[in-house]
Amino acid sequence: MNTSTQHRIVITGVGLASPNADNKKDFREKLLQGISGIQEIDLRYFGKAPAGICTFPETKHRKKKENNRGTRAGCLGVYCAHEALIDAGLDLSYYDPDRIGVYIGLTEHGTVETENEVYNISRYNYDTKYWTHHHNPRTVLNNPAGEITMSLGITGPHYSIGAACAAGNAALIQAAQMIQLGDVEMALAGGISESVGSFGIFASFKAQNALAEADDPQKASRPFDLDRNGIVISEGACVYVIESLERAIARKAHILGEIVGYAMNSDARDFVLPYGPRQAECMRLALRRAGLQPADIDLINTHATGTKQGDIEECKAIREVFGDAPSTYVNNTKSCIGHAMGAAGVLELAGNLPAFEDNLVHPTINIDHLDPECDLPNLVANTAVDAGSISVILNNSFGMVGINSALIVRKYIA
Amino acid sequence: MTREDIKTLILEIIQDIDDEADFDNLDPGKPLRDQLDLDSMDFLDIVMELRKRHQLQIPEADYPHLATLNSCVDYLEPLLKDA
Repeated sequence: MNTSTQHRIVITGVGLASPNADNKKDFREKLLQGISGIQEIDLRYFGKAPAGICTFPETKHRKKKENNRGTRAGCLGVYCAHEALIDAGLDLSYYDPDRIGVYIGLTEHGTVETENEVYNISRYNYDTKYWTHHHNPRTVLNNPAGEITMSLGITGPHYSIGAACAAGNAALIQAAQMIQLGDVEMALAGGISESVGSFGIFASFKAQNALAEADDPQKASRPFDLDRNGIVISEGACVYVIESLERAIARKAHILGEIVGYAMNSDARDFVLPYGPRQAECMRLALRRAGLQPADIDLINTHATGTKQGDIEECKAIREVFGDAPSTYVNNTKSCIGHAMGAAGVLELAGNLPAFEDNLVHPTINIDHLDPECDLPNLVANTAVDAGSISVILNNSFGMVGINSALIVRKYIA
Repeated sequence: MTREDIKTLILEIIQDIDDEADFDNLDPGKPLRDQLDLDSMDFLDIVMELRKRHQLQIPEADYPHLATLNSCVDYLEPLLKDA
């Protein structure tokens, strides 16, 4: 990694919408207290399921008319982008609008809008004359990123990064690289998911026997627990302000963390099944690029989603890489907020970043009967832990069709 | 539908598109786009709503008839006389 201040990349602001909070302070408090944001929803055609729904002031930064015209993903993204700028104390005029990039990670996009429109024309005997003219601008893959540029008057590049559930990390990596290349000077980057609006996504996970079920929805998301039975789908979004260290220092920004290493790779073997050895390679590559040893990592945010194979594969990978790092803490945010798909990695990072200031590790909740195969030495279960000092976080995010990502963020010390 | 009914219908549709639309000072003889926060996509919304509510198929060549509130009423009155 580059060490000049021009090429060092830092995070200076975060805006988020999670099933249990609409700002980073409340999010941190809920996670430290282990408060679940999961509820039961009732989906068209599908029926009831545990899921995460975000409640946030949807018209704080954009008129209802624009929210109606756009997508749920756009609505989430616009809110988070504005909140990130506020958190960064950044007046957008500080940068030329054509030198700002918007990079948004998505697991999928357009599924919700297409399902809604098929349902709409079903009420008109499937006559396509009733198909909305909004369909194409809503479903182009750059839609959520583009809605952010329209709301903020940003004229630099915007696009989406499709990387399944590794997409949030992938967007942060893209932002870091584009700033280092000089393509942009500042980026709004993160991930968004509106998947909770799609009956098809629920039905597909159920058909894979990978959708969580529970009498109490707040107990449904339970990575590492023997009684887990699948994924809890959530909507969510998290957008960061990413700048070069040089520019952040110049404007006296409060630096939340520095991106010091990252890696992405591919399993090249299965559409859905995760593969620990490749995940381990990914973590090792990120460590090598950061110039760090496993023992330098204070906290690993796991991707674990609450599927038996996924949880076990990741734990094997962590054991393999971090076998000689017994003091590295491990936690999981999905236990509280479910799986926010393309937003998962970035939301989870936002939940852990405050550890650089409070040195606490938020718990993985719902571990009533720990799966022995997931019994990692420093897994933080059910109650927050005071780690004394947290300076480096490794953020794992993996996705379908065999995509892995690991991002390493270090506390910035002037 | 009476002319007044048609006027109410159009304003209802616009209200559904933009709940902040202000009709207090609307001049029915002047273009709606100049007075309200409406663009071409919003006009397509109006066309779609007329299709959904009254099965009207308005050809693109006739869209200029929807420019002002008065021209909307003039154009739609014969089409909605039995509605």
